[in-house]
Amino acid sequence: MTMIRGILSGLIGLFIDDGSLALAILGLIAIVTVAVKVGWLPPLAGSLLLLAGCIALILESVYRAARRKLADRR
Amino acid sequence: MNDIAAITSTVSASFLGSFVEVVEAFTIILAVGLSRGWRPAAAGTALALLTLAVMVVALGPLLAMIPLDLLRFAVGVLLILFGMRWLRKAILRASGFIALHDEEKAFAAETDSLKRQAADRRADFLAGLAAYKAVVLEGVEVVFIVIAVGAGHGLTGYASLGAAAALLLVLAIGVAIHRPLSQVPENALKFVVGLMLTSFGVFWTGEGLGAPWPGSDAALLGIAALFAATALLATKLLKNYHAAKLVTLSR
Repeated sequence: MTMIRGILSGLIGLFIDDGSLALAILGLIAIVTVAVKVGWLPPLAGSLLLLAGCIALILESVYRAARRKLADRR
Repeated sequence: MNDIAAITSTVSASFLGSFVEVVEAFTIILAVGLSRGWRPAAAGTALALLTLAVMVVALGPLLAMIPLDLLRFAVGVLLILFGMRWLRKAILRASGFIALHDEEKAFAAETDSLKRQAADRRADFLAGLAAYKAVVLEGVEVVFIVIAVGAGHGLTGYASLGAAAALLLVLAIGVAIHRPLSQVPENALKFVVGLMLTSFGVFWTGEGLGAPWPGSDAALLGIAALFAATALLATKLLKNYHAAKLVTLSR
């Protein structure tokens, strides 16, 4: 049972490390998808928005993690 | 991007991603083999490979039933999650905020844990289980990488070749040196693979949304270049931030 739980948490861990980063990515993808499907954005503009959003999110996530690590050391 | 370039990027992403995973699994198998003998190590590994084969055989045909645009979108989303997770960790490791993954340390920890179980009458079973778990977990990542980088363009066969080459190379080196592969620049590899997988993810999610990327497949290189520039800049800025804060903290 412990092993199955370990494997399952390992599988989830494949995609989720920083929970708020994963949530933000999914939120961004959802917004872009809705905007494209409803016709508010052309597909290419939506994809470029996704690219820019991912870049912003990775920067925010590493900066937040770095600050937290330093705060933990104090 | 021509066919050769598409095949090259698929094979190299699959090879590099799989290489890192196989190195990690190999460390555990080696610890089991050297501490408890090769029988539990081989049994756990063989059973894990069988589990993975069953998963691939069971799930593989389902992929063929999914419309290509939907498949690209779904794989793209998972690749973004998977790739950004690797990239984030690689940036934090490269800038000194988290420790580098150390195969010698992982080997020592696993060996230590196996030694503590040595008195248990199920010691061989537990050792085999450790090998099984390591190979299943790392193997699932390899299977995911192969499917994810290959399925969008029907290049799963080439992606599998990349993964098989990684497996053979790690085995060959491992058999030759009989030690954990601690000299492998794992973080640099994870950095590159994180970049490649995230780029594939954005590209395929975009294709799934119906985006006509400028330059078609060549746009993938542009996306990768943007992520590379971002990641390198972030690493440099965080290194400076780290150094500055450490000076402040030491005062």
